[in-house]
Amino acid sequence: MAHFAKPAEGSWTEHYPELGTAPVSYEDSISPEHYERERDAIFRKTWLNVGRVEQLPRVGSYFTRELHAARTSVIVVKDKDGTVRAFHNICRHRGNKLVWNDFPGVEVEGTCRQFTCKYHGWRYDLSGDLTFVQQEEEFFDLDKADFGLVPVQAEVWEGFIFVNLDPENTTSAKDYLGKIGAGIEGYPFGEMTEVYKYRATVGANWKLFIDAFAEFYHAPVLHAKQAVADESKKLSGYGYEALHYEIDGPHSMVSSWGGMSPPKDESMVKPIERVLRSGLFGPWDRPIDVGELPAMINPAKSKVWGVDSYVLFPNFMLLVWAPGWYLTYHYWPTAYNEHIFEGALYFVPPKNASERLAQELAAVTFKEYALQDGNTLEATQTMIESRAVTEFPLNDQEVLLRHLHKTARDYVAADGETAVDLAGAR
Amino acid sequence: MTSIFPAAFVDLEPFAEWSLETEGERYDKRLTSSMDEMQAFYDAAMPHLEAAKDHLDALDLAALPEAETRLLWLLYSLVNVSFPVEVWRQPRVPDSGAANMDAIVQPAV
Ligand code: FES
Ligand SMILES: [Fe+2]
Repeated sequence: MAHFAKPAEGSWTEHYPELGTAPVSYEDSISPEHYERERDAIFRKTWLNVGRVEQLPRVGSYFTRELHAARTSVIVVKDKDGTVRAFHNICRHRGNKLVWNDFPGVEVEGTCRQFTCKYHGWRYDLSGDLTFVQQEEEFFDLDKADFGLVPVQAEVWEGFIFVNLDPENTTSAKDYLGKIGAGIEGYPFGEMTEVYKYRATVGANWKLFIDAFAEFYHAPVLHAKQAVADESKKLSGYGYEALHYEIDGPHSMVSSWGGMSPPKDESMVKPIERVLRSGLFGPWDRPIDVGELPAMINPAKSKVWGVDSYVLFPNFMLLVWAPGWYLTYHYWPTAYNEHIFEGALYFVPPKNASERLAQELAAVTFKEYALQDGNTLEATQTMIESRAVTEFPLNDQEVLLRHLHKTARDYVAADGETAVDLAGAR
Repeated sequence: MTSIFPAAFVDLEPFAEWSLETEGERYDKRLTSSMDEMQAFYDAAMPHLEAAKDHLDALDLAALPEAETRLLWLLYSLVNVSFPVEVWRQPRVPDSGAANMDAIVQPAV
């Protein structure tokens, strides 16, 4: 039985006719060649979210990001004018990685006045200019002005720091995020600075884990054992239907109901949830009045709205929860069949221990769900790789998955054409 | 009896080993404990939860004294064991195999 209205075409999927309704191939998730092409066509071409402005509290604050998929490491720093800048993390002298501590592959953060290379001591200021060369007189006509750090485009959107590794890129991050990004602007992300962040290495293609978070068709089944028995039975009988889906360019979103915060019937939730007034959907008591929501948050203007999930291509998901907090997911590929997953919860800083405990319960609950989500993936990856089955039917509640894999394939195909054109022109 | 906790919560002293500062320590403790151990801790701590919240809420969260900080850490462990005790009847979340997730950023308090 349909609980929520669908578009006039009869389904969300048919509302976006370019997606088709046929079973889909998952070859893009199991082909090492496809992954190699994604690295250049996607990860070196699109805007990637690498962090938040709160990670750079003062002049000289910096962090590094290992971007294996994009074949580089970047330094992100707040310069002396307060501008967020990014550079490839490579010394101009002989190519040593510039910023790292004990292990070159481990991301670092800190505050400094300048960057000094560990190898021969070349120094760069916060704007990337080369300011000191050891034994400069030994070099041949070396003009320090020619040997600054290699810049990477960086842009801050709603406090999220994005980088783009394509020197030819002419689209701003704001424009790249399009209608969906514009529809989130104005949400008070900057007030939600209490952070819980988790990381896991997952043995599956990066898109497969996005799939797991971009549909809730699985939720009443895979997560059945998380709820108390009666509630679980009710949820699986109900199934899952979204309030709204939206697709715009490479990005998409799903709006979901969720009447669990606070629940209508408290006997349906766990005892600890009743005492701490919190759970999967977050603390029951709203920490701040977020005012009128931007257009693309709860776009259906539903009274039973619970959470909106945004898939910001390629590898950044943002979840805005009705009770006034948000979550981010990042999927950083390390191979065609492996990626590093990061999930972070952002709350308004707690005013007292009760609020802190309510947030703790939400954070621990998130982790337990994510462990279940992640664990199905390695099994999926290996079985898809068997190619015993090569086409998979996706239902209307899986429309974002259809769109995500198509988008990845389209980027790869478009990049191939450009490569061919260039070869022809040479 | 001396206690690492505030005087009103001296009953919780036998479970002092659950007062752990980091999420990683609390999670490990859960995975290496039996259901009986977790049930005993839960049964002892749960009846104090409301009173403990009231006690802590009267203080500045950013400047809790040592004993109160210890109590709060214990309550975080109570949150952590509530899942196996109230629902799963096993230390690990069902169907999670060997899946693992590290807390890399957590609140200072
Ligand atoms: S490689 Fe950096 S100073 Fe030589
Ligand atoms: Fe899930």
